[in-house]
Amino acid sequence: MAGNSTYNPTNPVEKWLDDRLPLVRFSKEHLMDFPTPKNLNYWWTFGAILVMCLGIQIVTGIVLAMHYTPEATMAFNSVEHIRRDVNFGRIIQGTHAVGASMFFAAVYIHIFRGLYYGSYKEPREVLWILGVIMFVLMMATAFMGYVLPWGQMSFWAATVITNIFAAIPIVGEPILQLLRGGFAVDNATLNRFFSLHYLLPFVLAAVVALHIWALHVPGNNNPVGVEVKSERDTLAFHPYYTMKDMFAMVVFLIPFAWFVFFAPDILGHPDNYIMADPQVTPPHIVPEWYFLPFYAILRAIDFNILFIDSKLGGVIFFAGSILVLFFVPWLDRSKVRSGSFRPLFKPFYWVFVLNFIMLTYLGAQAAEGIYVVLSKIGTAYYFAYFLIILPVLSRIETPAPLPTSISESVLSKSAS
Amino acid sequence: MKFTQKLAAAAVLVLSMGMGGSAALAAEEGGHAEQQNWTFAGLFGTYDEHQLQRGFQIFREVCSNCHSANLLAFRNLSEEGGPGFSEEQVKALAETYTIEDAEAEGGERSGVAADRWPAPFASDQDARDANGGALPPDFSVLAKARGIHQPFPFWVFNYFTAYQEGGADYIYNLLVNYHEAPEGVEVPPGQYYNSFLGGTLAMGPPLDDGFVTYEAGEGEAVPETLEQYSKDISAFMYWMADPHLAERKATGFRVLIFLIVFAALMYLVKRRLWANAH
Ligand code: HEC
Ligand code: HEM
Repeated sequence: MAGNSTYNPTNPVEKWLDDRLPLVRFSKEHLMDFPTPKNLNYWWTFGAILVMCLGIQIVTGIVLAMHYTPEATMAFNSVEHIRRDVNFGRIIQGTHAVGASMFFAAVYIHIFRGLYYGSYKEPREVLWILGVIMFVLMMATAFMGYVLPWGQMSFWAATVITNIFAAIPIVGEPILQLLRGGFAVDNATLNRFFSLHYLLPFVLAAVVALHIWALHVPGNNNPVGVEVKSERDTLAFHPYYTMKDMFAMVVFLIPFAWFVFFAPDILGHPDNYIMADPQVTPPHIVPEWYFLPFYAILRAIDFNILFIDSKLGGVIFFAGSILVLFFVPWLDRSKVRSGSFRPLFKPFYWVFVLNFIMLTYLGAQAAEGIYVVLSKIGTAYYFAYFLIILPVLSRIETPAPLPTSISESVLSKSAS
Repeated sequence: MKFTQKLAAAAVLVLSMGMGGSAALAAEEGGHAEQQNWTFAGLFGTYDEHQLQRGFQIFREVCSNCHSANLLAFRNLSEEGGPGFSEEQVKALAETYTIEDAEAEGGERSGVAADRWPAPFASDQDARDANGGALPPDFSVLAKARGIHQPFPFWVFNYFTAYQEGGADYIYNLLVNYHEAPEGVEVPPGQYYNSFLGGTLAMGPPLDDGFVTYEAGEGEAVPETLEQYSKDISAFMYWMADPHLAERKATGFRVLIFLIVFAALMYLVKRRLWANAH
């Protein structure tokens, strides 16, 4: 949305720069004057919180990399060295480790916000797709980061997860060896994971820039899902939303700090305090909590489907559970964006949320008994939601009447 | 319920269920753990110097005959937040140990405060040979590498009480639960039954009542019982694994108070600013 600028360079230096590289003008347009729907609720602050999370991970990560040794016999002790001997090391390392969990907590809220308010719908499909790409990048980065301390869970998670690729016909085995840098997870794996773990956050930062660019073309969606019609519907991003976002960031930092300072290990697994040992397999290999729903889907496919064996089947469903997100804009054809005006959509959405939580829980349980059955039901609902429920609902549902404009909905709310 | 409230509830649920699910898994095989009142637990917890000193004595006299502690340096013993020995004491202590040093004359010299705690065996293989094939694990972070099993919903509360002393509870329960094996449980030679593990391990009961005579500390009469020893060594091992706990929590307080006050101020400014927005 160009042309919202009220920027008037006053002094000659600013004017000189503005004629050559309108950096200040650009910033003013996009970070200050950008017209933003005035009814955004606090779920819209998570985008800013995510940017903050990425910043925290990059800054703490760079400091950690100064003291970390990416070598199989030394990595574990070098992380302990950071915790014990580096100034503020325990806090920097704790912030980075806890930060990964907080980042995912925020991204899940961000995604579920989008799913409820239909933020993925026309004209925001590209914005959504960039989001899914970032989600995949985040998972890759977090997975490789988790391997770096070279504890037992690091090592065995790396083994199990890279092994997934071996199920792919023909190319699986070469991919596996490429990922591991050999036949087994060892020093070569650690080296390449460190290199990529340092690289990907910067790729992520670049995609964030595209994401925000794609946001600033159509502008924000909002809780009622009615497009901005006039200036009366909007507020300038600064100071209104800068203030609101910053307030939300500070609030978000409270539980964040709680974990960093009072329970930095509670989100991790005790086994990762044991140095990696290829000879000893831990009794339960569990990924970090934020992978659990997808891990549950992977394990739910323990039966062959026609000529596809269970292992490949699991991988297909695992990959599919993320790939399906790319197609959501075209699966949900309802013209109404916001779930608040979709009486049929709402219950299915909330079951989807509960189902996702159930899958998270199941991903941490042993694959036996009732857990297996529940995982299958959960997986079935996960896919049915996107592939059947959303397309069908958009045909049969009669949405509630929409407010004619954002400002009308705001007024009626403050009146009631 | 409004969307907002529902999603908030859902977020709390996801966080607690998912995280707890993985954190609570360790040592699932074990029996019921008696949780202890550790001085270093909770928001205000810090280490008890005297307890750490007693724990250190047990470590030095008993456990360190088999277990190494490669990340522990003598100097750590006089650092803030630890057992609180004086630098002179630590220096004198270090001197009583011989350290292998290829650069010293004869390949050996007496220890200095900067040295790491010398390992009891020259190699893992030697350690195994002396212990019937089992390797006594290194103590440096062992107290973090264990946890206790708590059934749902108890582990959910851990996120709110910041309970992460499961490793200390594990070690305590291990040490006090060496019993006769129940009828029908086969105990192979060189193995010992432990009811907390619900099975056997290769370490015999390392402590018993009256086993260690505590060096007289400032007039306090500390019972010389298995329970007391076990508590003291567990606390010491937890300190070894998390030496900066006290400092970390103290910083945490300042950070949390700052954030809460700052958030409150931000909220007021935000409300003021938005008051004329509609
Ligand atoms: C005689 C040698 C010896 C002494 C002394 C000894 N240990 Fe051990 N310890 C072992 C061996 C061997 C193992 C490995 C047991 C196994 O793997 O089955 C072990 C294992 C352990 C474990 C890990 C158990 C687990 O969960 O796997 C702990 C904790 C432990 N010892 C604590 C202590 C403490 C505390 C002391 C001092 C009070 C001590 N040990 C003294 C030999 C010893
Ligand atoms: C590193 C991760 C991410 C960052 C830093 C980020 C950042 C942002 C920011 C700053 C906004 C604008 C403020 C807001 O609406 O909250 C936004 C909006 C949006 N994001 Fe993200 N995002 C990330 C990941 C994702 C993911 C994974 C998805 C979806 C799969 C996604 C989908 C969206 C959508 C649809 C919007 C527009 C929302 C609306 O206007 O209604 N984002 N993002």
